[in-house]
Amino acid sequence: MNKLMKMSALAVAGVALAGMASTAQAVDLNVVSWGGAYTASQINAYHKPYMKANPGVKLNSLDYSGGLAEMRAQTESGNVTWDLVDVVLSDAITGCDEGMFRPIKIDSEMAKAPDGTPASKDFLEGTLLSECFVPQIIYSTVFAYRADAWGGKKPTTMADVFDTKKFPGKRTLQKKPVNNLEWALLADGVPLNKIYDVLDTDAGKDRAFAKLATIKKDVIWWTEGAVPPQLLADGEAVFGTGYNGRWFSAIAEEKQPFAMLWDGQVLDIDGWAVPAKGKNVAAVMKFVKYATDTQRLADQAKYISYGPARKSSGPMVSKHATLGIEMGPHMPTSFADQGFLTNFAWWADNGDEMTERFNAWLLKN
Amino acid sequence: MSETTEPLVRFDSVQKSYDGEILVVKDFNLDVAKGEFVTMLGPSGSGKTTCLMMLAGFEPATHGEIYLEGVPINNVPPHKRGIGMVFQNYALFPHMTVAENLAFPLEVRGLGKSEISDKVNKALDMVRLGGFGDRRPAQLSGGQQQRVAVSRALVFEPSLVLMDEPLGALDKNLREEMQYEIKHIHENLQVTMVYVTHDQSEALTMSNRIAVFDDGIVQQLAPPSELYEKPMNAFVAGFIGENNRLYGEVKEINGDYCQVELEGGGGMVKALAVNIGGVGSRTTLSLRPERTTIGAAKESSTNSLEAKVEELIYLGDHIRSRVSLSGNDQFIVKVPNSHGHVHLKEGETTQIGWEADDCRALDA
Amino acid sequence: MADNTTAGEVVLAADGLPLKASLNRAMRKSRRRALFLVAPLFIFVLFSFLIPIFDMTMRSVDNWHVSTLMPETTKALEGWDGEAMPEEPVFAALILDLKAGAISREIGKVGTRLNYEKSGLRSMITSSARKSKKVTEGPYKPQVLKMHKRWKELETWKVIKRNTAPYTIGYYLNAVDMKYDNKTGDIVMQSEDRQIYTTLFIRTFAISLAITLICVVLAYPISYLLATLPVRYSNLLMIFVLLPFWTSLLVRTTAWIAMLQSQGVLNDLFVFVGLVDDADRLQLIHNLTGTIIAMTHILLPFMVLPLFSVMKTIPPSYMRAALSLGANPVVAFVRVYMPQTLSGIGAGSILVFILSIGYYITPALVGGTDGTLISNQIAYHMQSSLNWGLAGALGALLLFSVLALYLIYNKIVGIDNMRLG
Repeated sequence: MNKLMKMSALAVAGVALAGMASTAQAVDLNVVSWGGAYTASQINAYHKPYMKANPGVKLNSLDYSGGLAEMRAQTESGNVTWDLVDVVLSDAITGCDEGMFRPIKIDSEMAKAPDGTPASKDFLEGTLLSECFVPQIIYSTVFAYRADAWGGKKPTTMADVFDTKKFPGKRTLQKKPVNNLEWALLADGVPLNKIYDVLDTDAGKDRAFAKLATIKKDVIWWTEGAVPPQLLADGEAVFGTGYNGRWFSAIAEEKQPFAMLWDGQVLDIDGWAVPAKGKNVAAVMKFVKYATDTQRLADQAKYISYGPARKSSGPMVSKHATLGIEMGPHMPTSFADQGFLTNFAWWADNGDEMTERFNAWLLKN
Repeated sequence: MSETTEPLVRFDSVQKSYDGEILVVKDFNLDVAKGEFVTMLGPSGSGKTTCLMMLAGFEPATHGEIYLEGVPINNVPPHKRGIGMVFQNYALFPHMTVAENLAFPLEVRGLGKSEISDKVNKALDMVRLGGFGDRRPAQLSGGQQQRVAVSRALVFEPSLVLMDEPLGALDKNLREEMQYEIKHIHENLQVTMVYVTHDQSEALTMSNRIAVFDDGIVQQLAPPSELYEKPMNAFVAGFIGENNRLYGEVKEINGDYCQVELEGGGGMVKALAVNIGGVGSRTTLSLRPERTTIGAAKESSTNSLEAKVEELIYLGDHIRSRVSLSGNDQFIVKVPNSHGHVHLKEGETTQIGWEADDCRALDA
Repeated sequence: MADNTTAGEVVLAADGLPLKASLNRAMRKSRRRALFLVAPLFIFVLFSFLIPIFDMTMRSVDNWHVSTLMPETTKALEGWDGEAMPEEPVFAALILDLKAGAISREIGKVGTRLNYEKSGLRSMITSSARKSKKVTEGPYKPQVLKMHKRWKELETWKVIKRNTAPYTIGYYLNAVDMKYDNKTGDIVMQSEDRQIYTTLFIRTFAISLAITLICVVLAYPISYLLATLPVRYSNLLMIFVLLPFWTSLLVRTTAWIAMLQSQGVLNDLFVFVGLVDDADRLQLIHNLTGTIIAMTHILLPFMVLPLFSVMKTIPPSYMRAALSLGANPVVAFVRVYMPQTLSGIGAGSILVFILSIGYYITPALVGGTDGTLISNQIAYHMQSSLNWGLAGALGALLLFSVLALYLIYNKIVGIDNMRLG
């Protein structure tokens, strides 16, 4: 039954592809992304110039809230309507393992740097962690704090975040184990490059939870990204974790009295993944190649404070398109040495267990 | 009204207004003696139900005082008044069985179990519903529900029972049957009843005295026969029973009688001066259809007028004849269908006669 | 005539056909009509509700991954007794399956499935599948054992063997904080620091019950007022009651936060009147209190509406009758009025209880640590962890417990007595 369905779906897709090829380039592509300012920056930097250059292509921008549930449902039903999905790296890895996304040959299918460097060398080290994933931007999950909370005192390290005596007040953290366990170990004195070695042991896990427990009663847990800047603005919390882009707009655009604590920032990569059973793979690949070239990635940084994933784009990042701020000091890539990259393989293996343990830990008093 | 015995219920210049602008009850006075059956009769909106609700304690009187056995009860809450009440829709508690409904007033009075069941059984027997104790009200017919409602209002042996249009929802035959049943209960138990209805035949059948309400005022308070035969004003005359009206001007007053000149050119008639102003005032003459004679010789009655037969309706025992007389073409005469009575034809002219004592000159 | 009245005789209609048949024929048309009228709804419910529920329930026991994607290994393991490490034929079969899975790019699903049973097996499978491309000839056992350290563990093989069965109760075990002991294969309790779901089930039911009770207490007087007020006032009041229906979740959430947070309106008021000290303001949000306040606010109309519609049908004469019969107002209310509103209380409670069991956005937004309910976990496994089997098992357990409650309710109160207005 299942096989039959798959075969017929393939057949249909094949016929559709053949039909597509014969009727030239007139094609609609459904590009799925996170919405809001982020999608706006993509439309400005990628979609508009591409549609101008390719009148036959219409890019429809759809929003989703992350996760692979919808992608898996489409794949299983055999009716994949998404052509391109903006995903975080961890989802790209999972989706790739489950065969939802198409493997991409990064050097032959993606653009070279202007100086001729092949793409695989031009993308930042450690960003090409999945064969189904084309990196786009580097963002980070990072702490910010109210600059006016403790008079002249300023926190400088992760240990300060966990020091409720020296820096009293509520902290707001995301309600999931990822990052929080790493930060706990970091605050407990584990060096950046040893975090996952320690976490992989039972003793290390206990140690991370024990350290987290020291601030548990001072934590407000958030689930929506808009919440932490709000809590800080209202004075409900003094420390908060959040995406650096949100902190940027709170500080630079809304002039909130916040400051960034780049120490221990968790770098993450966002990029494109192409559904394996999509109906317009060839047309989509052309767009992805265009949208991830050096100039386009640099362009996007004009609209949002996320770092481009290509080395060659870095020097081209200039000022914010409307605010006129020099974007360099607001890019997580400028503080990369203070941060680390999430070990996605480790989380893929241990995520379920850690999440259950984290939730059980939350419920305990 | 006897001076020696205290009336059970006394309304003393009671007024009631809901909105502070309109009085729905204007200066209501009524004494109800022990054992009496008094009916408040009137069209809807006349204030009769309001008076009953004030007596029951569900509506406060705006002014005046109500006494029960000589005690002012304006500040006594309804559940302490000890008055039985039967409601228009019976208000039987739907979630209780018939027996539980009847036991309710006894339980809240803290009676013992066996005593309660004795009384409940007796009350059910009284209304011939002996085997129905375990049923729910919804499983009973309208008449049965009515009887349960009556026996529930009586089971705790109140000295006074109020009934608010209790038969309104029943069909005609059942209504008449229930009228007699309630009347008999009243007679057997010697309980005082205050009854509200807009149905005059119900009032006439059951009551010792009837208070006729209109426009927030008691128009007349009297036993049924007096109300019918001696209405004190035009409203009562028109409201109770069938009534012919003739309008005229008082020309002369001689003791109990007066001479009235009819509008419409009927000439002078002699009438009983009941409720009229001075000479020259306008008056309504009230005349019961059965108190007129038809086809009589001019000399045999005090008053005799010429009339034209407009319409005849055959009703078996009598023939209802509509004639036009002194400009009034709605004048009704009942002609008995028996030997020795004239047989009229439509269009024919005849003489209608009546005695001065049967013709009451009332307010205009 | 006499023989027509024998027992069992078929009654005939005027045309000589059996009466039953004639009646059936006459009824068929109206039945067809009725069927036609309900068909659109039925089809809608079938596709939007029944089939998805059936599908999710099936997923909670379905265990196709290993047997379908590793058919050779499954076959080779058939005779394995689980006492010692498997032998060369099993490893040869494993290499075949890994190679095929790497090409079809579906082997990750096996990894995901096995990882539910034992953390770490995901990377073992995916990395071994990558490495298997380079394996060309036997003996395979030493090559596989080098691919990943876990292949050397007997436990790993027991997990694989157990999951060659096409159906599993593993998800349900997980959903009630139990698991297979990977060493012995016995069913044991989940390790203490991972026990979460039973706690969450109990917690969800307790919070829902609390919200239902609060809703009854709050909704009863207001419904009484609405039912007894003249229509022009009650309509206006009803708008206030229904207001939560008409505001979007985000607006409501923002309003709650503004109201309830420690620097919020309510706390400011308390401090101003001196009820609490400025230093220790009350924590009314991001905890259980916040969850209950917010959910009560949202769900209150679901209690008010059935109560109101029931109370509206109770004429004031019942209370008056009870008073006239000598009951004081409290007794009259408790014995005469309240029993008649039971159907409304029942309907409202069922609505509120079932809705609050399923709520998860509100507790997630305003509930903080205490705001996690079982539906949050279901949503998490649907959307984030993609463990649809566990989500299905949790959902099925929730569904069955609600059905059980419903049956109990029916037994006690009787569903016919429920009035929704």
